[in-house]
Amino acid sequence: MSAAETTTAKVPPQRRSPSPDSGTRGPGKKGKKGKKGVSTSAAVPWALLAPCLLVLALVLGYPLYRLVRLSFEKFGQSQLWGFQPTKSVGFDNFSTVLGDSEFWHVVVRTIVFALSAVVLTMVLGMLIALLLQRVSGWVKTLINIALVASWGMPIIVAVTIFKWMFDSQYGVFNYVLSKIPGVDFNGHNWFASGTQGLAVIMILVVWGAVPFVVITINAGLTQVPKELEEAARLDGAGGWGVFRHVTLPILKPILVMLATLSVIWDMGVFPQVFVMRNGHPEAEFQLLTTYSYEKAFVVNDYSQGSAIALITVLLLLGVVAVYMRQMLKIGDVE
Amino acid sequence: MTTTTAAPAAAKLKAPRRRKSKLGWNVIGILVFVVVGFPVYWMLNTAFKPAKDAIDPNPHFFPRTFTLANFDRALNISDFWGPIGRSAIVSLSVVAIGLVVGLLAALAISRFAFRGRKIVIVGILAVQMVPLVAMIIPVFLLLNDLGQYDQLTGLIITYLTFILPFTVWTLRGFIVNIPKELEEAAMVDGCTKTGAFIRVVFPLLAPGMVATSVYGFIQAWNEYLYALMLLSQQKQTATVWLSTFTTQHGTEYAPMMAGSTMMAVPVVILFLLVQRKMAAGLTAGAVKG
Repeated sequence: MSAAETTTAKVPPQRRSPSPDSGTRGPGKKGKKGKKGVSTSAAVPWALLAPCLLVLALVLGYPLYRLVRLSFEKFGQSQLWGFQPTKSVGFDNFSTVLGDSEFWHVVVRTIVFALSAVVLTMVLGMLIALLLQRVSGWVKTLINIALVASWGMPIIVAVTIFKWMFDSQYGVFNYVLSKIPGVDFNGHNWFASGTQGLAVIMILVVWGAVPFVVITINAGLTQVPKELEEAARLDGAGGWGVFRHVTLPILKPILVMLATLSVIWDMGVFPQVFVMRNGHPEAEFQLLTTYSYEKAFVVNDYSQGSAIALITVLLLLGVVAVYMRQMLKIGDVE
Repeated sequence: MTTTTAAPAAAKLKAPRRRKSKLGWNVIGILVFVVVGFPVYWMLNTAFKPAKDAIDPNPHFFPRTFTLANFDRALNISDFWGPIGRSAIVSLSVVAIGLVVGLLAALAISRFAFRGRKIVIVGILAVQMVPLVAMIIPVFLLLNDLGQYDQLTGLIITYLTFILPFTVWTLRGFIVNIPKELEEAAMVDGCTKTGAFIRVVFPLLAPGMVATSVYGFIQAWNEYLYALMLLSQQKQTATVWLSTFTTQHGTEYAPMMAGSTMMAVPVVILFLLVQRKMAAGLTAGAVKG
């Protein structure tokens, strides 16, 4: 989904800039020190930032504020059309949502789904990245082409393809499975049960997410100093030992970043479920995102939908905190 | 690459063993290639098959007859160029606005030291974390209030939520990679700060700006949820158009795969062109930093 892709481009700088101050002063000003020089130049960056901050305040700040307000109000169809004034209801929406056992099923399902998808993505990504280092050049090129093709595939197209591959009657997946002696999957409907259906959706999500992880880890692996690995080998470390004690610690910042991003993306899975279920996900397919959507736009209770969305954001905030620390470190903020 | 003098000799000694062990890895590698690439292959394979071959319970892995009939059907099932055109308008406008506004902001946070810089950076990073789905309700209400519901301009404004932070952050990375000394040298030679930027930094930044634009374009092009929610059927974009193949009477898979191919192939090609640059920018310094 695009929310997912939004965050793909955290670009850490290649080098540390000498010191944040050196750029602000021209060579002529070099001698000048003190607060005056800083305060005159402070107007320029804020002027440069102004359009960006204005746009973000409009398209992000205001909706976020509105989201919070909505979740404390009663807002349905009649309020939308202006027949009735909105009125504050305090924590009513939250207590309704939190008191609903259905909601807790959805929360557990979402967390299990997202965590499994993240673990699967990270493990497969790591294995493929390590494999890339061991295969011949032409095999590497082949794998890279497949990875980039699946990475660049629009999510809606990917969902469509998977829907087709897992079609109960004409899907190629059932056909291949049934080729295994003693296995008969002809006509099997993967979406009859939520567990199997979500498993298919998870495969789709992981398939789309692995390329980014592989390519990022692979770039990280090229930065692992060969001397360190050799030194570890001389000290008697085996393949696993080198990986565990040399490669992993060096890759840790990248892995933390990837894992956090994956959690955010996989908690935000929406079109995959929505389109896979033709716009009407059954109860046992609901994740937090689709559940919030359904409450808002199917039941027309915008405030309950907002409350659910807000709870989702708060859930993610914990993960983001870890990620922010990492980004601040990598991003050479100061 | 670090090559010690002893390495070639050692390599020669180990060569036969290494080749043998590579064979095993290559076999696994080809397996990975097949599994990862299969969905894409299956799309292409179905798209070029006669529609009746596609719904065969015993599917053929290699096409026996090639046909373009599915593409013809996909183009005619409903308006095709309308949604494509609207997607193009929306994506191009978002990228253009994002690039101008984003470049200024990126400059501010990468070339100036000022009080509040850290907060701005944290803010720009943080807003990228808010899932789009969580925002759909208030955005819908906001556009409704502004009279921008079912308007392309409304969609363009909302797409800035995810394009702008991304553009600022990416451009920042590209700018930081351009040594400040170059600018300073130009200023010693008599350029103003602005002049130095336009003559020295701007040309060096061009490839990064192209990569960022293409990447942003693809993101806007692929967006589904907002396009679905904020536009009526008469104004749908390309991603929403894909669902026209599914009706109550079932899904026309072969033309749908043809439609998917037409939507995906240009994007994948664009993506192939810039992904190396983007991947480099994405990860450079992440380990050493």
